[in-house]
Amino acid sequence: MAYLAVEVSGAGRHPGAWRRAGPVLTPGYHVELAATAARAGVDFLALGDSFAGQEGPTLDAVAIAARVAPVVPEIGLVPTVTVTHTEPFHISKAIATLDLVSSGRAGWEVAVSRTAAEAELFGRKAAAPAADLWREAAEAAEVVVRLWDSWEDDAVIRDAATGRYIDRDKLHYIDFTGEFFSVKGPSITPRSPQAHPLVVVREEPDSLPVIAAWADVVRVAAPDLAAAHAARDRVRAAVAAAGRDPESVAVLLDIETHLGADAARELDALGPLEPSSLRVAGSATALVDVIEEAVRGGAADGVTLVPLVLPGGLHPIADEVAPALVDRELRTTMPPGFTLRERFGLARPANFFTATTISGV
Amino acid sequence: MATKQIHLAAHFPGVNNTTVWSDPQAGSQTDFGSFVHFAQTAERGLFDFLFLAEGLRLREHRGKIHDLDVVGRPDTLTVLNAIAAVTTHLGLGGTINTTFNEPYELARQFASLDHLSGGRAAWNLVTSSDAFTGENFRRGGFLKPEQRYDRAQEILDAARELWLSDRQPVEHRGEQFSFSGRLTLPSTPQGHPVLIQSGDSDAGREFGAKTADAIFSRHGTLESGQAFYADLKGRMPKYGRRREDLSILPATTFALGDTEAEAQENGHRIRTAQVSPQTAIAFLEQVWGRDLSAYDPDGPLPDIDPDPGAEITRGRVRHEKDPMAVANSWRELAEAKGGLSIRELIVETTARQSFVGTPKQVARQMDAYVQGDASDGFILVPHLVPGGLDEFVEKVIPELQDLGSYRTEYTGPTLRDHLGLARPEVAHETRATG
Repeated sequence: MAYLAVEVSGAGRHPGAWRRAGPVLTPGYHVELAATAARAGVDFLALGDSFAGQEGPTLDAVAIAARVAPVVPEIGLVPTVTVTHTEPFHISKAIATLDLVSSGRAGWEVAVSRTAAEAELFGRKAAAPAADLWREAAEAAEVVVRLWDSWEDDAVIRDAATGRYIDRDKLHYIDFTGEFFSVKGPSITPRSPQAHPLVVVREEPDSLPVIAAWADVVRVAAPDLAAAHAARDRVRAAVAAAGRDPESVAVLLDIETHLGADAARELDALGPLEPSSLRVAGSATALVDVIEEAVRGGAADGVTLVPLVLPGGLHPIADEVAPALVDRELRTTMPPGFTLRERFGLARPANFFTATTISGV
Repeated sequence: MATKQIHLAAHFPGVNNTTVWSDPQAGSQTDFGSFVHFAQTAERGLFDFLFLAEGLRLREHRGKIHDLDVVGRPDTLTVLNAIAAVTTHLGLGGTINTTFNEPYELARQFASLDHLSGGRAAWNLVTSSDAFTGENFRRGGFLKPEQRYDRAQEILDAARELWLSDRQPVEHRGEQFSFSGRLTLPSTPQGHPVLIQSGDSDAGREFGAKTADAIFSRHGTLESGQAFYADLKGRMPKYGRRREDLSILPATTFALGDTEAEAQENGHRIRTAQVSPQTAIAFLEQVWGRDLSAYDPDGPLPDIDPDPGAEITRGRVRHEKDPMAVANSWRELAEAKGGLSIRELIVETTARQSFVGTPKQVARQMDAYVQGDASDGFILVPHLVPGGLDEFVEKVIPELQDLGSYRTEYTGPTLRDHLGLARPEVAHETRATG
């Protein structure tokens, strides 16, 4: 079984795509992208985001996901939310709320803000080395996940006889104190349909501790399948070393795509762009061959396709690639009604606080 | 003189002591379906906007999480974006705290909501200085109370600069914030979101007169409403603003019935349900600053006096400053009304402005209030989720329309259109297309 995600951000990853972009800020643009991917049975849409550095205009990714969720069924919605400048308390309730309005289809891609440009937009601290940023991210992820558990599922009792709306013994202070944060809790938002929306982290040297502790899905960028294989091995080793089952963490390889008979020439016309991972500029069949080799060869558990140009780049993925993966028995057609965690074979997790404490707050 | 048009906003009944969760008809206060029903009803009633409140720490009473009112709510901006998907015209307003957010991030989030809703976003700026809420955030409770409006003004100036910069570089150097860079978004369908304010102090009123597009007030009676209205609108000319550039909307409840007697009965039933026996004691404890759990809610007020130094409730705005004075006035009131019990007294004293009557009577009362310059409309606070607006929209809206003081259709797509507000100007000529 090969997992299939698609990254959409603005007019596509290629900076040149913005020059010929249509109206990328309208809700209709994003609903249409999501609906196209959903019809093709894509597991989730990765909604990339950062505070600075993009060529064209970009909207807040959680906002897009929330706007799309009520009108596009089935597909998972995984916005990137950076933790370097954003409060973990806000992230926790925003993603939990996305889970609520999507009936259990939310995820969160944890990312850090590296650049001085991003730091200057906040003016609270200077840009920091990646190792420091990911150490802070580990704390942020812990706070977010603990807040997701800070309400037990049955905390709302609505007991008219005693006048109590909640059983406050089922709400928990998280009392987190770390190097970068201290957060009291509980969340203001009840536990969400999935309890823990899918946590996605990109593999890089400094992100491995966050992956080991918190990731459900890992995105890998690699120039070829051998490098992807090695990255997947690193991820699985780190997860196992943290005492978690490597089988519970899916590793998806990023593949930049531009498909069609004229793909290579069209890309040249957009201007140069160094690949940031494996790239397929050619036929849908060529891409499906690469995915098959990656998954059957153990280089990845699935792929995140990254169209270089949107919205056009999504159509061959939906019309040709997704059906071909089913034909080759790499994917099945899912019946409706699954949560995003269920798509990845993950159970709804037990609550940290009931698992580790007896009494309430 | 032309008939003033009434503006209506709908406050989602969540974490308020006006929300009755114990009613058999009360649905979930957090299910998205409740928000959809409530928002679509408001839109059917041609309301200007939906409004969501916010609180960033669960309230506590006597050192424990307050459990008698509704507890818990979704993230304001996320749920507003989702509601945008199931409505077409309704404005989408929410409270976002300026103390625990940074201007760049807020500007981008509200600009995103405005783009994704086609120009329907509104921001109610609230600034808190409490260290209690600060415990959920990395900077803690860093803000001095006297700096609240300085911060609100500065975050608003900074956000407006970003909104109207059209992706050009902005550099802001101020007391509260210092940042530079460009917003990832061009100016929004509304230019920038509608701005709501609710402070009532002198500084709060000045801030509102200078900057707000709408004010939520707590001045309920006709007389206090008129005084507030005249005061606020009178402060506007010195900022070069016209009276009609600002809508004053007091919070109000309502109770309907086929006859006046039935409406009164319904009103009393709602008020009693809003103040459970346990809630009555908790309210009393807020003023007394003492554990009063041993007192009978159906019995008389305590003989002991309040503890003036105690702060027994945290995470909610406290309006009474002098507990002893409040206690004495309550004792007098209880006696004057023939010996009210604790619960009866709390029912009496926590009553907000309320319109009670047949749909026609309520429509006439509301219209008289607005035509009498006590407000420009109302923010309605129903007591039930999700159906609390149903009867009002079905029965009162047509009566208001018959009086000629309420729209019969939306005349434009944006919230600024509904409120009759001009679009703020972009700082320079070139406008990027989205």
